[in-house]
Amino acid sequence: MKTWPFCSAWNKRGRYFLTFTLLAGGMGILFFVNLLSGSVDLTWNQVFSLLLKGEGEETARRILWDIRIPRILAAAVLGGGLSVSGFLLQTFFANPIAGPYVLGISSGAKLVVALMLIFFLGQGIPVTWAVMIGGAFLGSMISMGFVLLASSRVNSMSVLVVCGIMLGYICSAVTDFVITFADDANIVDLHNWSMGSFSGMSWENVKIFSAVVFFCLVLTLLLAKPIGAYQLGETYARSVGVEIKRFRGELILLSSILSACVTAFAGPISFVGIAVPRLVKGMLGTARPVMMIPGCFLGGGVFCLFCDLAARSLFSPVEVSISSVTAVFGAPVVIWMMLREKRRME
Amino acid sequence: MREDCLYTENMTVGYGKEPLIQDISLQVKPGKILTLIGPNGSGKSTILKSVIRQLKLMGGKVWLGEEDLQKMSSGERARRMAVLMTDRIRPELMTGREVAAYGRYPHTGPMGFLSSEDWKKVDEALKLTGAEQFSQQLFSALSDGQRQRIMLARAVCQEPQVMVLDEPTSYLDIRYKLEFLSILKRLAREKKMGVFMSLHELDLAQRISDYVVCVGEKGIERMGRPEEIFTWEYIKTLYGIQEGSYDPETGSAEMEPVKGEPQVFVIGGNGRGIPVYRRLWREGIPFAAGILHENDREYPVARALAVQVISEKAFWPIQEETFCQAAALVKTCQKVICCLSQFGPMNEKNQELAGEGRLISLSDLFL
Repeated sequence: MKTWPFCSAWNKRGRYFLTFTLLAGGMGILFFVNLLSGSVDLTWNQVFSLLLKGEGEETARRILWDIRIPRILAAAVLGGGLSVSGFLLQTFFANPIAGPYVLGISSGAKLVVALMLIFFLGQGIPVTWAVMIGGAFLGSMISMGFVLLASSRVNSMSVLVVCGIMLGYICSAVTDFVITFADDANIVDLHNWSMGSFSGMSWENVKIFSAVVFFCLVLTLLLAKPIGAYQLGETYARSVGVEIKRFRGELILLSSILSACVTAFAGPISFVGIAVPRLVKGMLGTARPVMMIPGCFLGGGVFCLFCDLAARSLFSPVEVSISSVTAVFGAPVVIWMMLREKRRME
Repeated sequence: MREDCLYTENMTVGYGKEPLIQDISLQVKPGKILTLIGPNGSGKSTILKSVIRQLKLMGGKVWLGEEDLQKMSSGERARRMAVLMTDRIRPELMTGREVAAYGRYPHTGPMGFLSSEDWKKVDEALKLTGAEQFSQQLFSALSDGQRQRIMLARAVCQEPQVMVLDEPTSYLDIRYKLEFLSILKRLAREKKMGVFMSLHELDLAQRISDYVVCVGEKGIERMGRPEEIFTWEYIKTLYGIQEGSYDPETGSAEMEPVKGEPQVFVIGGNGRGIPVYRRLWREGIPFAAGILHENDREYPVARALAVQVISEKAFWPIQEETFCQAAALVKTCQKVICCLSQFGPMNEKNQELAGEGRLISLSDLFL
């Protein structure tokens, strides 16, 4: 008789433990490697005396505290948030390739941010982070509003996905249109942001996005129970007491707040939301949300720390955009896992 | 106090704006099985989906016990009503047992962790539905029949007062169809659970239902005890059967006879003739059959498949008049197949009848 090798309770727990140990360990190691690597060489001694005793020269202290640590935190927290956002959307659509892009949420955020940048820069007003976040949230919420409107009219998943994709196309088209008619200087700014990067984070930024992401993470964990039931499909989730419409609204709201927050601070980052939940699911050997949500958060952090390291050091001193690195590492993972799944089904 | 566990009051159902069936009033009583039968597309599933609130009611009310289903909280509803619909589920990396355990969902705390008491109930349910031995395998690796039993265990451990099932036997082979329905009957009887379901198999519906509701083109056409519903005339109208026949006693359907002048006369009795009738029907040879007593067990089959059947009243020896009629028919057919080797006082004339024509065996026909 064919039995799933990880079915016994002990094996399962062992596997969960191993996965979380690996992820936490990976994050610890990457934290230190990222601390040490960069265009300016810092030695172990310098870093440790700065971290533990607070002693060292001013330049090194600045580089460590004002540049590297905020950047590491950005990669860890925003990466985690993005991956949880992807997991929520995949649950919502029961579809492994669902992500913030599919629903048009990222495109909505991008459009509004682009409009704001062009408008404010055109008027000669400096664009603050608050404006960027506000714009991204506004854009996501507008896209989300359309998506929710469609969901209240049509009770079909596929129609909803098509609506999201169409919305994405419209937003991108309008963005292109606006950029075409904008001044050159504006395009450069917009171009930098739309490439995606974890650099240039201030401690103020770190505080804001950490608050948003961790708040959403806690709310997501509180939804773990209905998410599990939803994996059996809408009918059965409803039959065991999930208030479907409300639950779906909560899922989509949480995931779009998460992805809007990431888009505002780091620009659009591809593939993290799709690849990381797949990898984590494979490692855990389960799709149980109580395990998957923290797993995705840690995994997204590790993945983005790794990609950010690669983006900085591969062609140093030239920095590659984070989105191209996540695509290089993420896309093959997605393709490989989908092929494997297909084979297993056959 | 209401004794029904589920009661629909002038319920109107349908998709979108167009009402499909209006003013449905049905009662599901504790410990009893109410079955919806009717042709495809008549609205059986629509009724069930409306009752479980997958579709919005277009009018009327549904009561669960003494409470209005529309006003109940979703958790309260889930503790009272379990469902098994035709939706195919594709849970990832979940064993059958884990899928079944979702039945405990409405009974667990805010994070959904199961206590050992909950797991005990899950295992009991798996045992009851005979799903125990494969419950540790991945759900996606199970056969349709095995999955269906896991899903039933899930509904059972939800400990509902009423269970709503949409064609639950569709994916099962004959053995599991019977087992599945026996389990359902037992649950209804032992746990005083009301069962509300739709079935395609008329024979099974007839045997298991305490109450049958017929959903036809014009909505709810009839309801009553199975013996009141399952008559040939009514089943024929309900399903709009043009060809073939249906035997209300056994609940089995037969094909339309091969038309034309009978070429063979088959002497049968006590079921010995049935395989011959079926073979002749398959080969497309029109035939006559006789002389059968009306209480013979092969009489319904002969009547369904033969062009003409010569019959005698139950418990009477074959009468001279009947014999003459048969003998005349044998003359026109010429060929006779005799399936009997023993004769008794009731049918000894059949032996005589065999001598009236050219006696052949079944295989001679296909040489």
